[in-house]
Amino acid sequence: MDKTLTILGGVSLVALIWWFFFGKREEVIIVADGKIDVLVEGGYKPSVIKIKKGQKTIISLLRKDPNSCLEEFILPDFKISKFLPVNQKVDIEITPDKSGEFGFHCGMNMFHGKVVVE
Amino acid sequence: MISKAWPNQNLIKKSFPIIGMHCASCARLIEKKLVGVPGVVACAVNYGSEQATVEIDEKVKDKDLANAVSDIGYKAVIEAEGEKTPDEVKEGVKIEELKKLRTKVIVSAVLSSIIFLGSFPEWFGISLNPFVLWLLSTPVQFWAGWEFYLATWSGLRNRAASMDTLISIGTSAAYGYSILSLFGITSGTYFDTAAVIITLILLGRFLEAKAKAYTSDAIKKLLGLQAKTARVLRGGREVDISIEEVKVGDLIRVRPGEKIPVDGVITEGTSSVDESMVTGESLPVDKIKGDAVIGATLNKNGSLIFKATKVGKDTMLSQIVKMVSEAQSSRAPIQRLADSVSSYFVPVVLMVAVAVFVVWYVLGMPLLAFVNMVAVLIIACPCAMGLATPTAIMVGTGKGAEKGILIKDAAALETAHKIKTIIFDKTGTLTIGKPSVTDVSDPKTAEIAASLEVGSEHSLAEAIISYAVQKKIKTHKVTGFKAVPGAGIEGTIEGQKYFFGNRGEKSEMVQKLEDEGKTVMLLESGGKILGYIAVADTLKEGVSETVGLLEKRGIEVWMVTGDNERTAKAIAKQTGIKNVMAQVLPHDKADKVKEMKSAISHKSSAIGFVGDGINDAPALAASDVGIAMGTGTDVAIESAGITLLNHDIRSVLTAIDLSRVTLRVIKQNLFWAFGYNATLIPVAAGILYPFTGWLLNPALAAFAMAASSISVVGNSLRLKGVKI
Repeated sequence: MDKTLTILGGVSLVALIWWFFFGKREEVIIVADGKIDVLVEGGYKPSVIKIKKGQKTIISLLRKDPNSCLEEFILPDFKISKFLPVNQKVDIEITPDKSGEFGFHCGMNMFHGKVVVE
Repeated sequence: MISKAWPNQNLIKKSFPIIGMHCASCARLIEKKLVGVPGVVACAVNYGSEQATVEIDEKVKDKDLANAVSDIGYKAVIEAEGEKTPDEVKEGVKIEELKKLRTKVIVSAVLSSIIFLGSFPEWFGISLNPFVLWLLSTPVQFWAGWEFYLATWSGLRNRAASMDTLISIGTSAAYGYSILSLFGITSGTYFDTAAVIITLILLGRFLEAKAKAYTSDAIKKLLGLQAKTARVLRGGREVDISIEEVKVGDLIRVRPGEKIPVDGVITEGTSSVDESMVTGESLPVDKIKGDAVIGATLNKNGSLIFKATKVGKDTMLSQIVKMVSEAQSSRAPIQRLADSVSSYFVPVVLMVAVAVFVVWYVLGMPLLAFVNMVAVLIIACPCAMGLATPTAIMVGTGKGAEKGILIKDAAALETAHKIKTIIFDKTGTLTIGKPSVTDVSDPKTAEIAASLEVGSEHSLAEAIISYAVQKKIKTHKVTGFKAVPGAGIEGTIEGQKYFFGNRGEKSEMVQKLEDEGKTVMLLESGGKILGYIAVADTLKEGVSETVGLLEKRGIEVWMVTGDNERTAKAIAKQTGIKNVMAQVLPHDKADKVKEMKSAISHKSSAIGFVGDGINDAPALAASDVGIAMGTGTDVAIESAGITLLNHDIRSVLTAIDLSRVTLRVIKQNLFWAFGYNATLIPVAAGILYPFTGWLLNPALAAFAMAASSISVVGNSLRLKGVKI
């Protein structure tokens, strides 16, 4: 009985973990006016930023999370790497000349997001 | 000095330069104005040194002082503390973090040692009450380890997980389980495990942060090269101003032994300049009026005045810093696998840990189920995977910059070692790009030819005249000078009429020189050939050595040029290049590169193109790895993946070597990081237990995990010492 309960509990927990981390819907924001605020707190909010090809866009990052994992913001396809002091806005400017999905992540590659250029 | 000080006040002394003073009374005026600023208790302005020194209380802001001075028409150069560069901010934050981390490591190490000693009376003979162990481990868990909880919480709110999630869950499980056993609900305490894990992980983070700081040394070193001040000529006087104040067009004086503050062109004086720190060029370069100078290089022996042409972010040094930091932020294609794995890693490890618990529990070993689950959570190290590529790229690009090899992005650094075919542009890349005299039949011919050429505007005249200057050959007065289009020049010297050009019968020697690709001019008088001078574009130093070494490595070397077949082959012969593409028009070079690219079927081979000049830009961009010579134009550098600032063709080999060693380190790092997780996670799960009885103690797992990140960073740092 004990064992059955443990198995059932384990399977449900694995399913819960799966659902919790992989089943989330990414918050997508379409940038209309060339500027977007991104909150850096336990990840990136929003984590998916849609912008138009050729449109100059300022991504304004505000890190509220003291976790040192999030101190660096890296957008490798645009060769951008910025240090984010806590509670201080840091602006980055991009003008994508090709369409596609360009991932960004923290310094340790633990938290992810992406810029979608259409 | 004007003073209104009174005792027992907390005062700060501050000095700063003042710009724009014309006489001693200006200094008095500024003193009066400054002392009128609330909070300024004393002020002295020295007209000679153009410095102001103030004694102020803590409340006085730099801005107040600067405004007061500018109100009366002068300028105070005060380093505003609020305007720190991002790097300075980062440095400050890092120092603060390291300090905190150090305290936590020390305190938790002391507590963990006591807990550990007290947990094993059978080994150490000290027995501590379990409630005392609880008391001692609580600060380690919730004070030293608080950052793990914070990070976990903020991640979970965002449905994301990181390494901190694993550590906080793993140690909380050990800590919580032990508390339950204090009250008889479970058996055995693991306070020591939780405390030791937290201490070791924090120690690992501390050491890793220290090591990581060294990976970005190159940028710091480059920025450190910058001069702080410049001596500008204003109103007939020399004024020391801060580098930020220098404007394009300013005339700047540099004395022997001083650094050249910004980029410019020499207007007065000669000197030799050590440019090694910026371009990697090992020998000092002689500079005369009209030559360009680079900011941050060292003026050796002469006094110079130069006109600033590029300041601030436009200087060569700023451009280099920008390029290096951009390259360090770019992604190497090899990193993609690690990128995709890292998105799934932590949640998958959490699921594996649950599965491990269930399996061992079902097998009837609940205690092992628990210990192994904690070991799995702790041993998993996603950090090593995240650090493997970027740290090596950072050190590799930094090392390149030190040697005058600028790498535009990580992809270029990764691809360079795959070059199996390399195409060199001829003029300006293999050759100096300027004709010079190579053969002279006799000194008299040189004397007459140089005298005639003084009046000529032909492109070869410059070569002959500079030869004469160099050899100290005296020239004569020429009368009746005439240029004969397409044939040469003629004139009379001391009553004798001469013709110098391509007219006349060519001897065997002349034929031989022409076969070598040289342009030969004959000196004739009264229908008789008196002698000849051969002119050719000469090879750069180290060309044949480089070609030989490239071929030795199995790299096919090609030369491309717009020259005719004969000249091209002659040059190719001197260099040792066997494959020549002659009479290729500038705009066709890129097509040739594309043709060769499509001919190579093997994906792991790359084509490199080495060139300079605007007309090479399309070919540089079309190749897999474009290598631009630093003497080239900005456009060429833009289109190239690698730029050789030191003008040295041998650096092509160094760049390829740098790519090879960096890639080797990246592969070692990735192999280590992936291998570590792939091997030790199953071991922690207890896979060896049925066969060998081996299990991984969670505290040992913490040690391995901390060591694995540090070893990846350490391996990348090893690149600094590698000889290339």
